[in-house]
Amino acid sequence: MARGVRGPVSLRLRVRLLVLVIAPCPQPVGAASLLPTTISAMSKQLSFKLVLLGESAVGKSSLVLRFVKDQFDDYRESTIGAAFLTQIVTLDDGSTIKFEIWDTAGQERYKSLAPMYYRNANCAVVVYDITQSASLDKARTWIRELQRQADPSIIIALCGNKSDLEARRQVTKEEAQKYAEEEGLLWTETSAKSGEGVTEIFNTIARKLPTSPPPGARGATTSASRAAPGANGAPRGVDLNKQPNAAGGGDACNC
Amino acid sequence: MDEEYDVIVLGTGLTECMLSGLLSVEGKKVLHMDRNDYYGGDSASLNLTQLYRKFRPGQEPPAELGRDRDYAVDLIPKFIIASGGLTEILVHTDVTRYLEFKQIAGSFVYRDGKVHKVPSNEMEAIKSPLMGLFEKRRAKKFFEFIQNYKADDPATHKGLNLDGPMSAVYEYFGLEPSTQDFIGHAMALHLDDDYIKEPARDTIDSIILYTASMARYGKSPYIYPLYGLGELPQSFARLSAIYGGTYMLDKKADEIVVDDNGKFVGVRSGDETVKAKQVIGDPSYFGAGASGEGGKIRVVEEGKVVRAICILKHTIPGTDDADSVQLIIPQSQVNRKHDIYVAMISSTHNVCAKGIYVAIVSTVVETDKPELEIKAGLDLLGPIHDKFVSITDLFTPTSNGKDDNIFITKSYDATSHFETVVDDVHDVWQRVTGTKLVLKKRELEVES
Ligand SMILES: Nc1nc2c(ncn2[C@@H]2O[C@H](COP(=O)(O)OP(=O)(O)OP(=O)(O)O)[C@@H](O)[C@H]2O)c(=O)[nH]1
Ligand SMILES: [Mg+2]
Repeated sequence: MARGVRGPVSLRLRVRLLVLVIAPCPQPVGAASLLPTTISAMSKQLSFKLVLLGESAVGKSSLVLRFVKDQFDDYRESTIGAAFLTQIVTLDDGSTIKFEIWDTAGQERYKSLAPMYYRNANCAVVVYDITQSASLDKARTWIRELQRQADPSIIIALCGNKSDLEARRQVTKEEAQKYAEEEGLLWTETSAKSGEGVTEIFNTIARKLPTSPPPGARGATTSASRAAPGANGAPRGVDLNKQPNAAGGGDACNC
Repeated sequence: MDEEYDVIVLGTGLTECMLSGLLSVEGKKVLHMDRNDYYGGDSASLNLTQLYRKFRPGQEPPAELGRDRDYAVDLIPKFIIASGGLTEILVHTDVTRYLEFKQIAGSFVYRDGKVHKVPSNEMEAIKSPLMGLFEKRRAKKFFEFIQNYKADDPATHKGLNLDGPMSAVYEYFGLEPSTQDFIGHAMALHLDDDYIKEPARDTIDSIILYTASMARYGKSPYIYPLYGLGELPQSFARLSAIYGGTYMLDKKADEIVVDDNGKFVGVRSGDETVKAKQVIGDPSYFGAGASGEGGKIRVVEEGKVVRAICILKHTIPGTDDADSVQLIIPQSQVNRKHDIYVAMISSTHNVCAKGIYVAIVSTVVETDKPELEIKAGLDLLGPIHDKFVSITDLFTPTSNGKDDNIFITKSYDATSHFETVVDDVHDVWQRVTGTKLVLKKRELEVES
């Protein structure tokens, strides 16, 4: 274990806590590519799946906690309990978008993250720890994996976390920035502890996301297109949570 | 690795992942391991590189098939019955939020040398050449009986003894053998004809499940997850991880360690042994096959399935260009004991490149020339661009695990759906926890 033994008791406590404080997003996540994953009919709010990637203990969960709740915890345990968190970002023109932020749930710890985690993500924040140069190597591996397996239109941000620990810096700004430029990634340094750069990185991503579903694009199977068939006439997905229109059955095949 | 777990789960097939997801939610401390570096075990979906590594070691996938990332080729051909047991677990656990589903476009049946659509509504039924006019009237009476049937209301049973054989029900309605074939195989989805002598109740339940599922989304009774069936185990694994489950892929289970009484102690991997109260795993971790892992043999073979993954560049002839189909060849049509199944999916379900269609032909092995047994199915596909054939042993555990705390799941059978997989999950759950798996009814969200 990377960080000590976690007893089953505290484990369960954590679950409750997260469930209590964070209302999970009710809509199912769509298989859209660069399309917003969900569009709520009322507010026309676009919703995007954002995944966090990076070595264990670089501060992925801390970044989310800072961004969503503006909190920081020095003795954070590994993340347990929430499927994903949501946060709304207001753009310059006053419109808003919603992030569905997925955390790894610790599955990356033993190189066991399932590809379904990032396969249909709209954006990814790949985190390294500026005090651990090995964590940048790991970040590079994730970026290669995303370039190979994720949707080509995914927006990737490289994020050097723990910038408050300047004295222990192992990764220079120049090195990371150069790499990000070569690969066409957004880049910044952050501190989940002080809050520096955190909102900015999410806002920068938000500004790069499309504000309306491009017509005819792949993957119009968002929940919006499920409610009403997609404008581009793409095939509709099915919603398992939908009440069956015929209960008990028998009337399908009046042979 | 010096922690002690409640349960160690070996293999990340769908059965094992559902169990670890459900157990983690229940508060159990779960360690889940797999010898492979990918999720899914025997129920994985592979990309081209993985597919070739498995079937054609040393050979590169041809460039003309397109990008690796576009492929998710299922190893076992199964579809989800829309109103079936897997859907119930998906909804209960909220795992639906990780997945997107689409319908399977059509269900077909082979009769007298031709492919026919299984009618999905009254109009199609009236036009269907599957039955003559008089037979249609008799069949209509039978389906009216099914429609009104309530298991616990004898008044709806027409005086039939439903614990008696299904043959008596067919006789009562005067249905022809070909109609019986259609009902028993294309709707109740029985693999062979043994059901005719078995209690009618079970077959009636299966027909109701089929028609209810058909009614749910309209085109066929089946749904399918985008990006392949391999998304299912991955989603349940995430559920488990979210509730504290620990995941280790690419980790060998070298030995199932037991005490002097044969009771489970832990799992040895290399020179570490992880302890737990119980172990659950797929047969390959308990002596099945040639892997040689796990030591003692705790499973027994009870049959074989032959499966041919076929890469096509066109839809299946006679299926109205459907982008996804199930096609059943009833055993009576080809002088066999078991039906032959064809399951086809395509880029509509994000499982292959555009213009490619992946069909899997499968059946229960009856002879020593399994590949010949699926010929009737292969012949219906038209030109086959490439073909990957496997013959798989089906294993079942030799003991229920109560004495040794070793709980083994079953191999994925030849049925075309997940109902038997779900049965296995319920069965293992009951053995592991000593209680029935209760899926609390959830409020269904109704779309406006
Ligand atoms: N000084 C400092 N510490 C931080 C910062 N961000 C996170 N940490 C600490 O780093 C440790 C790991 O943070 P987590 O957020 O749990 O890291 P993670 O990447 O989510 O880890 P896993 O869930 O195990 O993958 C915790 O002790 C945090 O308090 C930061 O910006 N500055
Ligand atoms: Mg974390």
